[in-house]
Amino acid sequence: MNAFRTCPTTGLSIHRDADKLIKAHAVAATVSLLIGGIAAFLVLLTRWQAIHLLDAVWFYRILTVHGMSMLIFFIIFFEMAVLLFAGPILLNSRVPAPKVAWGGFGLMVAGAVLVEWTMWTGKADVLFTSYVPLKATPNFYLGVILFAVGALVTVGIFFASLVVAKREKTYEGSVPLVTFGAITAGIIAVITLLHGAAIYIPTWLWSMGMMNVDPQIYRLVWWGLGHSSQQINVAAMVSIWYLLATLTVGGVVLNQKISRTAFVLYILFISMASAHHLLVDPGMGAAWKVWNTSYFMYMAVLASMIHGFTVPAGIELGMRLRGYSQGVFGWLRKAPWGDPGFSSMIFSIVVFGFVGGITGVTFGTEQINIIAHNSLRIPGHFHATVVSGTAMAFMGLTYYVIPLIFRKRIAFFKLARIQPYLFAIGMLIFSLSMTFAGSFGVPRRHWDISFSGAPFDVQYSPAVDIVMAVMAIGGLMGILGGAIYILVTVWSVFFGKPLPAGEEEKYADSIPQGLITKPWTQIPDTDRDPETPWKIGPVPGTAVLVAVFFLAFVTYYFANWALLSFVWKVG
Amino acid sequence: MYDNGIEPALGVWWKPAHRAEKVWIAIAFAWCMVLFAMMPLWHLKGGQNPTGIRHRVEPADFEARTNEFIEEYRVGEEAGLPIVEPPPGAEVYLVGKMWQWTPILRLQEGATYRLHMSSLDVNHGFNLYPFNINFQVIPGYDYALDVTPTEAGEFRIICNEFCGIGHHVMVGRVEVVPATEGAARAGGAE
Repeated sequence: MNAFRTCPTTGLSIHRDADKLIKAHAVAATVSLLIGGIAAFLVLLTRWQAIHLLDAVWFYRILTVHGMSMLIFFIIFFEMAVLLFAGPILLNSRVPAPKVAWGGFGLMVAGAVLVEWTMWTGKADVLFTSYVPLKATPNFYLGVILFAVGALVTVGIFFASLVVAKREKTYEGSVPLVTFGAITAGIIAVITLLHGAAIYIPTWLWSMGMMNVDPQIYRLVWWGLGHSSQQINVAAMVSIWYLLATLTVGGVVLNQKISRTAFVLYILFISMASAHHLLVDPGMGAAWKVWNTSYFMYMAVLASMIHGFTVPAGIELGMRLRGYSQGVFGWLRKAPWGDPGFSSMIFSIVVFGFVGGITGVTFGTEQINIIAHNSLRIPGHFHATVVSGTAMAFMGLTYYVIPLIFRKRIAFFKLARIQPYLFAIGMLIFSLSMTFAGSFGVPRRHWDISFSGAPFDVQYSPAVDIVMAVMAIGGLMGILGGAIYILVTVWSVFFGKPLPAGEEEKYADSIPQGLITKPWTQIPDTDRDPETPWKIGPVPGTAVLVAVFFLAFVTYYFANWALLSFVWKVG
Repeated sequence: MYDNGIEPALGVWWKPAHRAEKVWIAIAFAWCMVLFAMMPLWHLKGGQNPTGIRHRVEPADFEARTNEFIEEYRVGEEAGLPIVEPPPGAEVYLVGKMWQWTPILRLQEGATYRLHMSSLDVNHGFNLYPFNINFQVIPGYDYALDVTPTEAGEFRIICNEFCGIGHHVMVGRVEVVPATEGAARAGGAE
């Protein structure tokens, strides 16, 4: 049997090992998402005080399950699939050492199962962060170590596939931008996983009584894992934006130099953001906090602001080149809003930028963190980044991966079309409500904000009750969207109808539009004048959109300084 | 030829940028510098900074110091906890442990105190209700901040770092008396 098959839609040669590995990682990611999603439902119905479903023990237990299953297992399994797609598949190359790759996957699964087991049996009620000296059973830490080692192996396979592709000349020129972005995600993953080893191995030994771990040092090194892992997400998500922009509307890359340099800025500076969690800690001084929380004078923020411009501008230009050039926003009106890959990408960009990005930079400001730390403002922020941003982008990509890699049509395609809307709007309501409740001081990770049994009464403003109820409704919408995603993907993969080669046109009712119209092949092949290579058409729509974004950013940022100035003098 | 994200970049791709890109990058860069400048500026001019004075401390030593502080300025008791009224300018100690904040503090509006915080067991979170002021309280570290209550009234300290099963009952109390009343008390005591 030939080790490669040719993708009938894109013409890429697809290595069968890459095919199988991607499928395995995608299935593991979906199982993790299901577990994390059930946990989300239980946590949500407990924090909604009107229902207050779980008791305190199970609330913190399930909250631990939610954090680990979503932020570590779902996200990293999916990211490994993305790396295997951006490496071997986009470069037409084989997977080197497939047995080692399967070994890495096996370690990840074993680690995840061990961690889930310890959590569900109540031996690890320490939440996602497991701050020392809260102690879990040693197997909890061991499971995380196994998972991290497995992920490191897979990242190594990805890097090896780049070398193999180069040596075997499976592509010409420089790697595609999407692969370049995936390489940055891979490098950040190595940084992240090494931090993970540096903290979980000592903590594992500590849990067996073999050494001491300082609680502040733990927080410092742990966040090198905890926050940096979210930066793998950012790099992977931005790569997926570029990927989906091309697949859904023929989005172009305005300038390779600018987009690639922005990715390099991520590698250099984004891991410093772990300081965001330590701004009101006793262990570090002002200079350390200011320098690190700003990721070297906000150079990683600059990178995100660049991608936040170049991705929509590339979409706008792709649409205009294909003839949708009416007025300022004609390209947006004529965009394929019924293509779940496209709508997911747009929601991911908008909510990540407007809510996740702006709140993140603001709360990550040294002094403003005083009025944000450990309040609901923080989960409000990261549900906008990791869920509405990263997970939404991953979902959009899945609608393309199922026909391209699994060669299956999408089941319940009508549901799939509305899924991004339901998920994005629900999660938007959810994150905004959390952020708002947090500005009243409502704590995160708290079983009972009516404080029954406490020695002194605390009565939040009645507005908080309303906001928490709205949060619950948004959360339920998001969970419903997530459930539809799982139903559609699992059904398509395991019971779906096959997509026969070359017959995409027949199945407009069950595969995304981009795979039928192939917009990236419709871009006119005009050469640009080498004297004036920047003259590739104006992008007025994007200019208006980023201007609105910039105004929102400035307003929110300074409003928070104003809020800070009203509280007690502290210094 | 237009480049896209999924095909290799051919030839030399280090080319001058799109004009709109250049303008946006210049704006974004300038904004990044503003973001960066605000933090040192607030250290110089602003009233809220999280630096303070920080030391390592043995939990037992911190507890002993807190007990001395309580004995020195104790004025009463409520819910089994001592109420302590230190004079303006005093070193004030607050201990977090599973699952209470000790002692109850009675402070004076407009006066400045040096508030030392630490934990005897696991991480705790200091959240001042209803003002939403937050600090991390870590065992083994003495975090001392100069605080000036700007308003009289009843306040709560809510633990907002997960610290075990009784986390949600970990609520402490701070009372801030008006400046005039505080001065009268101080006068009466002399």
